[in-house]
Amino acid sequence: MSELCAVVGIGQTHHKSARPDVSIAGLCREAATRALDDAEMTWTDIDAVVIGKAPDMFEGVVMPEIYLADALGAVGKPMMRVHTAGSVGGSTALVAAGLLQGGIHERVLTVAFEKQSEADAMWALSRPMPFAPPTMAGAGGYFSPLIRAYIRRSDAPSNIGILVAVKDRLNALKNPYAHLRLEDISIEKVEESPMLWDPIRYLETCPSSDGACAMVLTSEAIGSRAAKPPAWVLGTAMRSEPTMFAGRDAVNPQAGKDCAADVFAQAGITNPREQIDCIEMYVPFSWYEPMWLENLGFVPDGEGWKMTEKGATALDGELPVNMSGGVLSTNPIGASGMLRFAEAALQVRGQAGEHQVDGARTALGHAYGGGSQFFSMWVVSADKP
Amino acid sequence: MIDVAVVSFAQWSAREEPARNEVEILIPVVAEAIERSGIGRKEIGFTVSGSCDYLAGAPFAFVTGLDAVGAWPPIRESHVEMDGAWALYEAWVRLQHGDIDSALVYSFGKSSLGDLPIVLSQQLDPYYQAPLWLDSISAAALQARAWLNAGHDEGEMAEVAARSRRAAKDNPNAVVSGDQSAEALLREPFLVTPLRRHDCPPISDGAVAVVLAAGDRAREVCERPAWIRGIDHRIEAHGLGVRELATSASARLAGERAGVDGVDVAELHAPFSHQEPILRDALGLSNGVDVNPSGGALAANVVMGAGLTRIGEAASRIMDGRAARAVAHATSGPCLQHNLVCVLAGDAT
Repeated sequence: MSELCAVVGIGQTHHKSARPDVSIAGLCREAATRALDDAEMTWTDIDAVVIGKAPDMFEGVVMPEIYLADALGAVGKPMMRVHTAGSVGGSTALVAAGLLQGGIHERVLTVAFEKQSEADAMWALSRPMPFAPPTMAGAGGYFSPLIRAYIRRSDAPSNIGILVAVKDRLNALKNPYAHLRLEDISIEKVEESPMLWDPIRYLETCPSSDGACAMVLTSEAIGSRAAKPPAWVLGTAMRSEPTMFAGRDAVNPQAGKDCAADVFAQAGITNPREQIDCIEMYVPFSWYEPMWLENLGFVPDGEGWKMTEKGATALDGELPVNMSGGVLSTNPIGASGMLRFAEAALQVRGQAGEHQVDGARTALGHAYGGGSQFFSMWVVSADKP
Repeated sequence: MIDVAVVSFAQWSAREEPARNEVEILIPVVAEAIERSGIGRKEIGFTVSGSCDYLAGAPFAFVTGLDAVGAWPPIRESHVEMDGAWALYEAWVRLQHGDIDSALVYSFGKSSLGDLPIVLSQQLDPYYQAPLWLDSISAAALQARAWLNAGHDEGEMAEVAARSRRAAKDNPNAVVSGDQSAEALLREPFLVTPLRRHDCPPISDGAVAVVLAAGDRAREVCERPAWIRGIDHRIEAHGLGVRELATSASARLAGERAGVDGVDVAELHAPFSHQEPILRDALGLSNGVDVNPSGGALAANVVMGAGLTRIGEAASRIMDGRAARAVAHATSGPCLQHNLVCVLAGDAT
């Protein structure tokens, strides 16, 4: 079976709607340098570099590993670039972890980024294609009908999304790297914000950010003598399904259920609600918190909103979700998945500062992309198996 | 290390395919590779592809590519925005985990849709170089000049082009083939000095697919699997000015690590004629090695698939017994910036 992999270094940038103070390379180096410092390593210690980001049209740089080779210390080393839509930050971490699990390398640097201020994501996501009706709807236009279907199926009260939007922004106030810092966030503020794609209000959506995230992953031998306590990777999984076909359940996708079942089985988790201490999941629109709680199997179908409603997903709740403030507070798209994975690792390493969950030993990192069709997940733990 | 082999290969390419989109080109190629592998579509343990959004001018080229695979029930799947050879590398690593024993790798691209040399100019540093619109042919011409200045002549380039075109006569997927002498080619006008048209790759549309299997699974489905005996890839600095363009340090390093010795066939991803001798030298290939028996990238160059095609071509010669040990190479970036080397052999070696 595969080798054990450890997370020994984590770094991220300060995320903002625009970071004109740095180039794309500078943004990536800011995160990578923090990860190397955390690992107490230097560029020369690294065997290989794996980068990831969402579509190249978000910055206008074709296959950017070519341009970033020097900046990320990869000259003379293997370098790869992963792209799996919104899940890419997570998938990139998994491809990097795969190099350790396969016994290929000892120390791998992985970096995910998006510098959205360089272009226009709405434009890049909605390019008109020959023979296809242009929707120009962006992601919100795609996901709002799915959310309406969820509300209808589950009979959820209409305020659940608002509760998530407030909770995640309160968590972000405890995270010094978060993009949105809404000191005056409140139920009323969210409720009064403009309706963009019914039922998604302006304050129930994610921002557009410039930012990067990086991690240093190592073999078991190196992880065991790491400078700081590592996060051990207990399970890794990816699943994909087609965008559309008759009978597909896009609200509660099979690929997400299968991916969760796989990653829990690898990690020896039979009762996720009991055995997982906190979850950092990909929630770009508020309602996806209850939707993914169901999809991941933490609660029966139709019950996710009850967790949100009773405050179970708050930082001090029974099952904290999105302790960092989540995608709703910080969204450099290509890095958003890796930020979820990194937050899960930060929590089990006890490094999450003000947004630390007391006693977190085992955490789930989750990312999804495309039309809810690409999933990547990992389970990390303070305890070496 | 777990032994992993190529057990099937399929490809299709043409100069221009106006009638079918990328997925429509890909569907029969993937179907053929799976059919030949003898492994059921739903038994494939891992699927990974390589493609580039900028060829189609739209994001998420790989998402529709998934429709060619039949990803239902949901599959373990990944994608690199790189040549399919790097997707194959990811699949080889994934098979080392030991929990699955087969993988499908594919890539596709239509470079007829846009102005490819200009599209590729946007691979350059976006602040200092891309605004100069240095296209891929002009960048290669700078490299060719550096190589000529290092003591070579244009006749060697023409010989490579002539030999590639002759070899391509037997390749039904070749876009360019024929019997022209090097002397005749040298009488052609320059495209971008010192490159003539035949020194450059043809515009090509197409798709390629490879199935990998591990250990006993490979022996069970394939009479003579093409075992991967070494695979490695290395990148070098981006700035053309800080590199020694007449040689390839990254190909040399990858070749040393992959163990290129005793090969009888080499499939080199050299889109420009002068790059073939640079790579032969970097990989230390002797004169007896049969280089690019398929015609190579000068005969058909499906961008994002041409590197994976080299692995498939090399593997097919081992699977059918024409070669005992072969090396395949893939490149990415301007002037051979990033190179992957894969050494394949039959069971006996």
